This record gives sequence, structure tokens and C-alpha cells, in this order.
Amino acid sequence: MIAIIDYGMGDLRSVQKGFEKVGHDAIVTSNYKDILSADGVVLPGVGAFKDCMRNLREGGLIDTIHKVIDDAKPFLGICLGLQLLFTESEEFGIHKGLNIIKGRVMKFSFNTPNSELRTLNLKIPHMGWNNIGIKRRHPVFENIPDNSYFYFVHSYYVIPEDDSVIASTTDYGVEFVSSISKDNLFACQFHPEKSQELGLRMLKNFGDICSVNNSSN
Amino acid sequence: MLTRRIIPCLDVKDGRVVKGVKFLNLRDAGDPVDVAEIYDREGADEITFLDITASHENRNIIIDVVYRTAERVFMPLTVGGGIRTLDDIRNLLKAGADKVSVNTAAVNDPEFVKRASERFGSQCIVVAIDAKKISGQWSEKLRTPNSELLRWEVFTHGGRNSTGLDAIEWAKRMEDYGAGEILLTSMDRDGTKEGYDIELTRNISEAVGIPVIASGGAGNLQHLYDGFMEGKADAVLAASIFHYREYTIKEAKEFLRAKGVNVRL
Repeated sequence: MIAIIDYGMGDLRSVQKGFEKVGHDAIVTSNYKDILSADGVVLPGVGAFKDCMRNLREGGLIDTIHKVIDDAKPFLGICLGLQLLFTESEEFGIHKGLNIIKGRVMKFSFNTPNSELRTLNLKIPHMGWNNIGIKRRHPVFENIPDNSYFYFVHSYYVIPEDDSVIASTTDYGVEFVSSISKDNLFACQFHPEKSQELGLRMLKNFGDICSVNNSSN
Repeated sequence: MLTRRIIPCLDVKDGRVVKGVKFLNLRDAGDPVDVAEIYDREGADEITFLDITASHENRNIIIDVVYRTAERVFMPLTVGGGIRTLDDIRNLLKAGADKVSVNTAAVNDPEFVKRASERFGSQCIVVAIDAKKISGQWSEKLRTPNSELLRWEVFTHGGRNSTGLDAIEWAKRMEDYGAGEILLTSMDRDGTKEGYDIELTRNISEAVGIPVIASGGAGNLQHLYDGFMEGKADAVLAASIFHYREYTIKEAKEFLRAKGVNVRL
């Protein structure tokens, strides 16, 4: 069983249905017992960084997430669920994140007067299908070709201090980090649950990792 | 590189697709979920449901349609039509919509867009603008190469009610209020199959820093190309050319790619 952490932010139903579609059971839950007993944990999320952190705190879920990471349980962060892992975000002021990955969350900026990217008419949010350049193979990428397209919608992107966590990068005016991995943790800026066939394959890969992990315990 | 998006749009009334959709091998061409599934398989980049249900009692039907769609289709889904309150938005997002588009509610109360984007995030708030060309009577700004003076005004209720708002100013204001995207429909072109209003699309797209979806008038694949390249649209929305199977999504994308437009195939 996979636990999708519910902390009142965004559409969790698509993630759950995505797992079901590829044959993995998933529950949407805010109960720490469910989360700690799951074979794998997903932290999704859309909305504002500050609100998400507040909801996690008020739901008593911050310690739970740290425990999941420490227990080496398979962990998948999606979109804001990637950004929240970082040290801090500059979204509407500086806000502390979970600090599981050292680094910052920055806003795309193209329209400053002297920016050479100004003429490209790049829009914010970065919204739509973009390809990922895979930097490091990870079981989640099983049967996912390099340069595959995934669906993105975000205005902020992560900058890890340690380049070795970078799993893929994507070009949008700048080359930004579109997914990271470290030990049991994988997190992506794009939405696998909205990325049609290849997105579902990623969810399946993650579910398979969880199952293997469970049977080996 | 970010690709340009092609978005088929379904008009849905009382839970059924209106404007005959002609699909072979489709169990029920009137079921929006079945049609969405086809477009998903064909590689559409997103899908939009426009709810044109008139009666208030039947407005919850669209929630059920979205709910069922989210079980079978794993692509971004936008729902528009009749959205008035934050609860309306919350219910649609909870059912599985990724974005909602608001039109009349924004005109009636621009602060609604601010509240909605603060509550749910800009990324899921699309402001739909129905614009009509008003020529000759304005002495300001926009001058086309043939020196025609151009201005577009925002309309509501399918082009019946004028608002007095300038479409470009309105788009900029909606961006300031937190809209994440603009769905721009030319009321002059809608249903004509003569192509998007390119001047309108380009003027709005260059005036705002958020993505703009061109809508209204697509009749062939060249129109899609013009919408992207001349109109600078980030996405194009089309209904009949796909519903009547004049072209598949794949054919549209192959045409565009051959002409140098970056699309996902």
C-alpha cells in the first residue's frame, strides 16, 4: 500500500487513480500511522509554499516525513512536494522548508530589463509539456527514454547545493533541475499523474519499488 | 524546450457533449469521458470542458463528469462555465480538474480572481476573455500596418453583453490579480472557421507574462500554425476540426512540426 499524504493542498485524486490504473493500491491520508506503515509514501502538492509548510506543521506531519526518509522508505515528491524538501524558498518572502535536501527554491525571472531572455517571450508559469534530460539513471526512470516529455506547471524551481542529487534537468530559458534523487527519495517538478502514458509508467515504477521493498522486509 | 500545446474543447450540457462529435468506434460519442479518453490516447496536450448547462439544478452534473474523467484520463483537465464561487472551484478541483476558467464572475467581481488565486494558486486559475473588435471609434494606440485603429472590448454571455472593458487592459489586470493563464476567444471569429483573430491574440500575448490560449475560428491546420507563429499563442484551442475528424490531433502536430513549430509527438 502506498500512502499519499493529504495536507489540504491540491488534487490528490489523480495521483491515487494513477497508481490504481497501473495496479498499485494507494490511499490518501493525513494519519501518521497510515503513512509510517505504508510501503511507500508520496508527497504531492500544488499551491503556495508557505501554506503547504503551515499545513504540514499543523497536521503534525513534518516529523512523520522525516521519519519516512530516515526509515529508508521509498519516497516520491511531486511538484511542490519536491520544493518542500529544500532548505528554503523565496516564494513571497523567505520560508523555511523541510531541509532534507540542501538548497533553495527560486522564481523564474525573464522580464528584468537587461535579461537576454526577455525577447524570447517566455511565460510564467512554465506550463505545458517539456522534456527531461536524464542525468542519472534511477529505477523510477525504468523504460523512460531520455528526453521524454512530461507535464509541468510551476513558477519556481529548485537549486540543490550538491549536484550529485540531480536526476534530470529541463530547459526553460535556464537549465533547471526537474528531478532529484537521493537514497530512497525521488522527487520531480513535473506531474507524472498528468503525463499520460510515460507518467503512469513512472508511477508504476515507483509502485514496483515499494512492492519490492515491502517483500524484502 | 517547452512545446506548444493543442487543446481540444468539448461543450458539455447536462453532462452530455453537444455539437455532434463524430467518432467511429466510440461506445458513446455523447459521453464527455469517452471523448476525453480518445483525445488522451491521440496525444492531446490538455483537454477543456466548457459547461453550458443552463439550469441551476443540473450544475452538479459536471462535477460527476470531471470525477469520472479523472479516473480514466491522466492529462491536464480544465473546466469552465458558470463558475461563481470559491466553493465551485474547490468542488471541481477536488473532483479532479487541474484548472478552472472563470469569465463572467471575473467581470462582475475582479477581486474574485484575486481570492481564487490566493486560495488555490495561480496555476489553476484561468481567466477566459471573450473579446470583440471595435474599430473606428477610438483614437488610442493600436495601429495596424494598414493604419486601421483597433481595439477589442470584453463581452460576456457569449458575446451578448458588452462590458466597456478594453481586452488588453483587462488581460493585464487579470494577470496582476493572479490569473495563471488567459483563454482568449475572439467573438468575431468563433464558429466562422476563418482562423483565429491574430492581431488580438498577438496583442494580448505580448502584453502579459502568463500563457495565452488562442480560441475561436480554427478551421484548418494552417490556422493553428498562424495562431502560434503570428499570434504568439502558447496554446491553441479548437473544437469542430477535431470533433468532426477533419484532422486528428496527431495530424495537426505532424503538420505543425513539419513547419518548424515545437510540438510534442
